[in-house]
Amino acid sequence: MRFKRTKALLVAAGLTLAVAACGEAGTGGSESVDVEVTENAAENFEDGTRMKELAESGEITIGVKYDQPGIGFKSAASDTPEGIDPEMGKILAASLGIAPEDITWKETISDNREPFLQSGEVDLVIASYSITDERRQIVGQAGPYYVTGQQLLVKKGSDIKSVDDIKGQEVCSVTGSTSLDNVEAKGANPRGFDTYSECRDQVLNGTVEAMTTDGAILLGYAAEDPEELEVVGEPFSEERYGVGYSKDYPEMCQWISDTLQESYDNGKWAEAFEATLGKSGVETPEPPALDPCKA
Amino acid sequence: MDDVFSNFDLVLKAFALTIELLVVSALTSLVLGTLLAAFRVGPISVLAKAGTLYVNLVRNTPLLMIFIFVFIAMPELELNIENFFVKGCLALTVYTSAFVCEAIRSGINSVSLGQAEASRAVGFTFVQSMRHVILPQALRAVVPPLASVLIALAKNTSVAAAFGLLEATARMRYFTNNNADARPEIFITFAIGYIIIVEVLSAGAIGLERRWKVAR
Repeated sequence: MRFKRTKALLVAAGLTLAVAACGEAGTGGSESVDVEVTENAAENFEDGTRMKELAESGEITIGVKYDQPGIGFKSAASDTPEGIDPEMGKILAASLGIAPEDITWKETISDNREPFLQSGEVDLVIASYSITDERRQIVGQAGPYYVTGQQLLVKKGSDIKSVDDIKGQEVCSVTGSTSLDNVEAKGANPRGFDTYSECRDQVLNGTVEAMTTDGAILLGYAAEDPEELEVVGEPFSEERYGVGYSKDYPEMCQWISDTLQESYDNGKWAEAFEATLGKSGVETPEPPALDPCKA
Repeated sequence: MDDVFSNFDLVLKAFALTIELLVVSALTSLVLGTLLAAFRVGPISVLAKAGTLYVNLVRNTPLLMIFIFVFIAMPELELNIENFFVKGCLALTVYTSAFVCEAIRSGINSVSLGQAEASRAVGFTFVQSMRHVILPQALRAVVPPLASVLIALAKNTSVAAAFGLLEATARMRYFTNNNADARPEIFITFAIGYIIIVEVLSAGAIGLERRWKVAR
């Protein structure tokens, strides 16, 4: 009896170790751009600005998406999100003298981006956050740091070749998104799902004909499954991703714009693109021109 | 807010879908639920066990899981139903019928045993005694809990928003995404829609209760 118990204990210990090892294997290995963290960054900002406060505290909270491969994605096994949005966040934080490991990431979904900024839950929102006039009424948006457009993801060999073919077809995207609204206006049956991956599964199992959202996100999914999926048609909208900040701190706009411009000039932006969205095979585009900040 | 009022037809269309989901699922759940309750109190032990198993299985599963099963797992198992509306009603019916069954069973149990014995004594079969003696009395007792089940169903239709059905909640999310500056107002507008639906259900239940009140 005693022997049996010892054996069981050994097996249990072995299992625990194995499980722990699995956990280890998942982390690390993610490509990321090395950022140069500015030393004594607080001295670069005037007193009373939000940037100075953040630089002095050495902490920043950034809201990103967790479910968009290439843009902002966090796998169950990793501790930090990956994608062009988090990379932009690291570049911005570095100019405040905050190292990547000192950034607090917070998941934001489309619905809570403005409330999070207004309540100060996050300092910045970099979450495939298209710049629109409505949003600029209540929060600040600097940028754009990336311009993309809505496209269609279909099963290889589908009859849908461009946006003109979607009339009367089932097309899915995320519930409540502008993308879904656009295809509804073009005569498709809009099918909203909670996440992009659920929508992708519906395309794979043939329940819906196509998935639609920003081309950048679709390319990420097509790259994951190149045998079965492809992106078709020209972009039929323009989405300009910006960095969201609270209207209480209008001084942040100029700092964001300057830092983005610097990353365009010193090649960090291109590096960030190649390490994330570029992996699906698209060429690195020219960085987009920044909107001027209103004084 | 202007966006909501100038597109009010979209709001009405969305609530129409919510009501369609509610009515169709309510009817199918009432039928299936009553059948299950009859199984559970009936004399055939296989059916009684099957009814108990169904209720225990479904009632202990979150509605969202049932939706995920119908919309995501079933197509993988090649059991796909093409129509989204049918799939939505199926998920809601599977879930709600377990609660309907239990509400009706509680009503049946509230009818004293003497009633069933008396109807057997006069030679009624099980179906006859259910139909003419037990259920008419049970249904009276069952109106308040059934109303609660249906009110829950009315609100549960909102889960379909995340499964390709453009009902009220999905439409609300569309409006809040486009009009970040008017979120509270949009929430309130859609909440009023749900309140109206629930109030109609409650009023119906109160009406039935009055009509079926036993003269004591």
